[in-house]
Amino acid sequence: MNFSDKLMRGEFAVTGEITPHKGVNPGRIREVAKHLIGVVDAINVTDNQRSSVKASSLAVSRLLIEWGGEPIYQLTCRDRNRIALQSDLLGAHMLGLRNVLIISGDHPAIGDHPDAKPVYDLDSVRLIETIGGLNQGRDMSGGRLDENCDFFAGAAVNPCAHDQEVELIKARRKIAAGAMFFQTQVVYDVDMFKAFMSQLPKEAKVLAGIIPLKSEKMADFMSTKMPGVSIPADVIAEIAKAKDPCKAGLDQAVRIIREIRPHASGVHIMALGLEEHVKTIISEAGLHGL
Amino acid sequence: MIITKKKPYEEVKKALEGRKNVAVIGCGRCATTCETGGEKEVAEIVKLLESDGHKVPYSGLVEAQCDLRLSRLELRRLDGYDAVLSMACGSGASALSDLTDKPVVTSNDTMFLGVVRRHGDYVERCGMCGDCTISDTIGICVKTRCAKGLLNGPCGGSHDGKCEVGGERDCAWALVAERMRKAGRLEELGKRRG
Repeated sequence: MNFSDKLMRGEFAVTGEITPHKGVNPGRIREVAKHLIGVVDAINVTDNQRSSVKASSLAVSRLLIEWGGEPIYQLTCRDRNRIALQSDLLGAHMLGLRNVLIISGDHPAIGDHPDAKPVYDLDSVRLIETIGGLNQGRDMSGGRLDENCDFFAGAAVNPCAHDQEVELIKARRKIAAGAMFFQTQVVYDVDMFKAFMSQLPKEAKVLAGIIPLKSEKMADFMSTKMPGVSIPADVIAEIAKAKDPCKAGLDQAVRIIREIRPHASGVHIMALGLEEHVKTIISEAGLHGL
Repeated sequence: MIITKKKPYEEVKKALEGRKNVAVIGCGRCATTCETGGEKEVAEIVKLLESDGHKVPYSGLVEAQCDLRLSRLELRRLDGYDAVLSMACGSGASALSDLTDKPVVTSNDTMFLGVVRRHGDYVERCGMCGDCTISDTIGICVKTRCAKGLLNGPCGGSHDGKCEVGGERDCAWALVAERMRKAGRLEELGKRRG
């Protein structure tokens, strides 16, 4: 698989993201995916993002393969018990999925089905360990599989979290559990990112989250309403002053990627509707062809 | 302490419709503390029932309604009732239902196992999971108090000590981290649990 090979070889990787919609028409997803396939190394497929019912990440990840892309199958701990999690992983493996991103998952209370029973039978650490077990040919109860799986499991981390000490402890615990790579929450403060990275083991493969800002309103919203997001004042000011805030946001993303490059193993670009610009971002940031 | 809350009287009244003679039984333990089934509450509901046309041939407290050995003594000597109103927790109501063929109605909702911080201020502290690991997280049960019941938290939704579900709910893992920090044991947070 291109993505894991690149990371393990120490080459700078770029990932994108697709959020399946609430529906059954794959065409809509393909329209977005086509801007990312062949442009980024791998594409995350979110799992019922924000606890709202969407087409399953397992199914859409498989579709990505059929469309010529490489998926990162996102799997949360929120909706499935250990039986379903392991079963879905085995099925995913059969469908050719190898990259998995494990996260706890937003609580149902903040989604569109707030009465849904929150499962969280396993947390992200234990699920990552479980994948390690599957890779050694056994399930959580020690039951033997017909062959070893070959998953490349990653986890999330937030280098801009308020409590850096706790965040580092969490990251190290996930590494100990077997996490092979990390994708982070969005980064606008490169110094903060650098400081965080300096505390992680050198071998840790971290892809910095990038979200191009589109407007002052978006910048304000993200810095005030989205916890865990830290946007330096000068970044917000630049967007506020810009004649074309969208272009300014894309330019900022390019700049952040350039500055972050020496300190990260890659970037994870969450374009939020601007997927058609990802190719330009990548080339202007000096990240040459895949 | 088992924390109970009174049901709206209208709900109790509806459940007792058509049952003329009602035996009202409170509880001397948790329901007395929570003021949902002590002597005062029993007297109040008797008044309401009588003004609604019921007769109350018996009203009183069992020291611990959920203890069949005690409840049995009470119910054994009762007669002439069409229904029993249990003013205890679900456990108490269930015990009384073992002791009579007459319908048992409860006047309370059983909320949680918790701690009484101040008068009327109750907080959930224990989920009765049968596998207590509270010693490992400095007295904070994360299975109960973390909204996701994570054994290896906090999750990414924890911000400023609050849980992502909102409503001022504390992040249980942030509380654990705080206590560990105070005790100079923050590195224990990274222990792999479960």
